[in-house]
Amino acid sequence: MPIEVLIKALFIFFVVVGAFAPVITWIERKQSAVMQDRIGANRADVAGITILGLMHPLADVLKLMTKEDVVPRGANRVIHILAPMVGALPALIAYAVIPFGGVYTFGDRTISLIAANPDWGLLYVFAIGSLATYGAVMAGWASNNNWSLIGGLRASAQMISYEVTMGLSVVGIFMVFGTLQLQDMVLAQDATFRVFGFLEVIFGIPIPWLDWLRLPAWGIFYQPLAFILFLTTVMAENKRPPFDMPEGESEIVAGYFLEYSGMRFGLFYMSEFIEIVVIAGLTTTLFLGGWTVPWLTQETIIGWIGAAFGVGFATGLCVLVHFGSFMLKVLLMIWLQMALRWTLPRFRYDQVMDLCWKAILPLSIANIFVTGLVLLLVRG
Amino acid sequence: MEIPAILFYFFAALAVISALAVVLNVRNTVAAALNLVVTMVSLAVIYVLMEAHLVAAIQIMVYGGAIVVLFLFVVMLLNLRTDTFPPGRQRLMKLVAVPLGLLVLAQLLRASGGLPEAPPVPQGFGGYRQLGIALFTDYVLLAEMASLLLTAAMVGALILAKRKID
Repeated sequence: MPIEVLIKALFIFFVVVGAFAPVITWIERKQSAVMQDRIGANRADVAGITILGLMHPLADVLKLMTKEDVVPRGANRVIHILAPMVGALPALIAYAVIPFGGVYTFGDRTISLIAANPDWGLLYVFAIGSLATYGAVMAGWASNNNWSLIGGLRASAQMISYEVTMGLSVVGIFMVFGTLQLQDMVLAQDATFRVFGFLEVIFGIPIPWLDWLRLPAWGIFYQPLAFILFLTTVMAENKRPPFDMPEGESEIVAGYFLEYSGMRFGLFYMSEFIEIVVIAGLTTTLFLGGWTVPWLTQETIIGWIGAAFGVGFATGLCVLVHFGSFMLKVLLMIWLQMALRWTLPRFRYDQVMDLCWKAILPLSIANIFVTGLVLLLVRG
Repeated sequence: MEIPAILFYFFAALAVISALAVVLNVRNTVAAALNLVVTMVSLAVIYVLMEAHLVAAIQIMVYGGAIVVLFLFVVMLLNLRTDTFPPGRQRLMKLVAVPLGLLVLAQLLRASGGLPEAPPVPQGFGGYRQLGIALFTDYVLLAEMASLLLTAAMVGALILAKRKID
């Protein structure tokens, strides 16, 4: 059992997060270039080979590693050095409860493709997320620079505010699926529902000729408002544009990481990109059905393929198909975050706060009420 | 020794050391606040080992996360360069605090000697389901009263803050 957990942890660390994060820096450069009608990163090469600019992450790492690590005069040395690590740790460990594949039975062994599946899975993510503030606040305070301090204070206010709405915006999802375990949530989404089924259940009007019109039982179809609210709040938690108040290049230079150089700056930079992967994984799990394939449940796949080639082969195929489906959805969510980052203009600081407390908070509470009412009508 | 026991002793020691660092760090109040975070998170790990998962999550979310606010108070309200308490007052505080602390320690040592054997943990103990059911059936009046109290405190804080701005 511990070895199985270790393998999964290493898999997540190296494949899902470790390999993704550097590639995302390339995606960001190329996508922004395409959106702004430029060519984009294409100069870094190894012996003349550029592979569409994919050598740039390598060049980045070399540059950051060889830069001098400066601690400014008058700064608190210990906290200054600790801050990037404290900032990166939550991003790295939050992934532990996100499933990257389903539950498979090979003979008498059952394998669940998730590193840890505690009873309180989603609460774990939120708890870890609430610790993510410390990296920015510590960095801002310890740098002995007024811009940094303002950045750190902005980061704390923004992240504490959006934590509240982040929790409230997904309460509807717990209510629909009745669990906090992320693997169970995805298993519940591996199904379909009748689009007009509510007419029969609530009003007693059966319409059998529309029964073929089915949607995957994904969170986004049950809770479309929650999807938008959740995506907004997690993007604000990640402090990227349009919510980049703590960095605010045009007003407070670079905010909380202004006094960082070399690999310590690189750690802040990387934790932002790792958080993008975590956000994409979490939104996929909660709203886009995780590893499921739409309209094609695991039993159906095993039933069809298993009849022809044997159940073991069909289950193995399922593992590959599900992992591919999960990665495809994660990539889609990463693309969406990048597109939003390069499309939307920045908010002003008071607009960020107004959006949180005056728009998202009331809407998420209204969402909880409406969800409760509908569940009461449907399930009795 | 089993893994849970090792984890328990490690995090218990960490909690005690960082708690000591909170009270002994009179010069650097920010470091004291950060040590308080370490104490809270180590306590959360101990709650996980005790199967109280929801309490652990809330411990980190409410206490661990809220110390940021304490940190900001320290940064914005206290003058970090000098000791703000006058020495005379500090001596008086030490005179009161040390005997009180010793008294609590003596009580703890006395109580820990005669503890009864803990009953086995029931199925699903400490989960959100059990806590939710208890909170919204048996203790619903108390839960609502607590939420009203918090709302009143929030409204009061808002009024105080607004009066200064307008």
